[in-house]
Amino acid sequence: MQYMMMFFENEAEIAAPRDSAERTGPYWDAWNAYVNALYQSGIVQKGDPLMPPATATTVRIDGGKRLVQDGPVAATKEQLGGYVVIEVADLDAALSWAARCPAASHGAVEVRPLRQLPTQR
Amino acid sequence: MEDGDHQDVGRRATENAVRTSYGRLLAYLARQWRDVAAAEDALSEAFGRALEIWPTQGVPKNPDAWLLVVARNRLRNDARARKTREQIADSLLILTPTETEDMPAISDKRLELMFVCGHPAIDAAARTPLMLQTVLGLTAERIASSFLVSPDTMGRRLSRAKARIKDTGIAFEVPEESELGERMECVLETIYAAYGQGWDSAGSDDQTRKGLTEEAIWLARLLVELRPNDAEALGLLSLMLFCESRRAARQVNGNYVPLAEQDTTLWDLPMAQEAEEKLRAAGGLKQPGRFQLEAAIQSVLVHSRLTGADMRLPTWTLYRLLTEKAPTIGNLVGLAAATAGVHGPEAGLKELAELPEPVTRDYQPFWALKAQLLQQLGTDQQATAAAFKRAIGLTEDEAARAYLIDKSTKKAG
Repeated sequence: MQYMMMFFENEAEIAAPRDSAERTGPYWDAWNAYVNALYQSGIVQKGDPLMPPATATTVRIDGGKRLVQDGPVAATKEQLGGYVVIEVADLDAALSWAARCPAASHGAVEVRPLRQLPTQR
Repeated sequence: MEDGDHQDVGRRATENAVRTSYGRLLAYLARQWRDVAAAEDALSEAFGRALEIWPTQGVPKNPDAWLLVVARNRLRNDARARKTREQIADSLLILTPTETEDMPAISDKRLELMFVCGHPAIDAAARTPLMLQTVLGLTAERIASSFLVSPDTMGRRLSRAKARIKDTGIAFEVPEESELGERMECVLETIYAAYGQGWDSAGSDDQTRKGLTEEAIWLARLLVELRPNDAEALGLLSLMLFCESRRAARQVNGNYVPLAEQDTTLWDLPMAQEAEEKLRAAGGLKQPGRFQLEAAIQSVLVHSRLTGADMRLPTWTLYRLLTEKAPTIGNLVGLAAATAGVHGPEAGLKELAELPEPVTRDYQPFWALKAQLLQQLGTDQQATAAAFKRAIGLTEDEAARAYLIDKSTKKAG
């Protein structure tokens, strides 16, 4: 089964470490190690870190009228910082990987199965 | 602080009383009706009814018997309704017993219930949750979180297990002598799984998270009470008490502290003493087993830390005996650590290298020990860094992760 793990972090936590040029320190050590462990396990299909939510632009068409906003869809405390799609046996296995994620200790990790389209079956 | 302690003691006493009642009543009803799910429903209705009636009419003299009568009436009504195929909707039919009515004596069938929960015919992943739910009355949500399983999945797993008990007619009995040993082992493992559930550790033998440790110890105490002459039950209780006695020393100000560096004044020595007594009592029964060996390893570790005596050789011997009996990945990593203690890091690394890769790939204690031994050896910086990175990436506990990150930046030593 394929699952997407979405990493939600505190907005300040996403922004601050990304501002530093060298990307060292415990925050990056933990993330680098986690991503490394995921890849070493051979379960990663794809995945990317995202730029901070402040760089987001949101588009809506409401009754034919365009509405473009700076910022993410919802201004919530925790924001999407990145995602990974993994192939594992079942949800239990996906959850154990989610728990190891540094974001699980500070923010939250959402795990969702990918919907299989008929053509992919 | 003192007030808080008193409140805590009071809360625990109430919890214990409720737990004892719940488990006894459920075991009794489930055995009589051979239907765990129906017994749970009936009992929860009886508890609900008690909450309605007791505050106004007073608590009956024998609350357990009262609850039992209400639950039993409900089960009888259900059975009758099923038989006649007509739903008796009138809730008044769930008769409320009067004080004058003969109150049944409730014999303790919790041991039988524990054997049912730990039955080999039940899905191994469901055994511990089932025992926690039926004997202790924990909710599926609480169990799900501790087991890192979605509440939905856990609910389904528990329902399936209960259906299986009913459909296959698993007997609510203490097994016969011929199969008692094997079945008892299943029960012990079921309890132990509640203790170690989902734990990461930076070392191979020291866990930090709380999880269901209190519940597991409660179950082991109950098992010892119900089967006082079982050496392995005593061994399991001793093992868990030893581990539990170090809890306060494992994390200080949010920082992870490994066993070798723990402040022993933070240990709960009366608890360690009790563990020692249980282990001795088990030894007197002359039935050796893996849980007694694991407890003995703990005993040696405690002794070594408290007296400063070099116990590396006895530890190694005990681990070799243990891995003969129970070659689990956790025990084998423990053996490698003990080997390194006696014969040096290279010997430990050699043993680690012999473990099968699919099992060690995502096993945090393996990588934590490998990193530690490579660092001790100090010959391969690159391999050391890689092993640390792997261990850090596989660690769930934040304090343990921070500890490993800190350690990985230090030079050999």
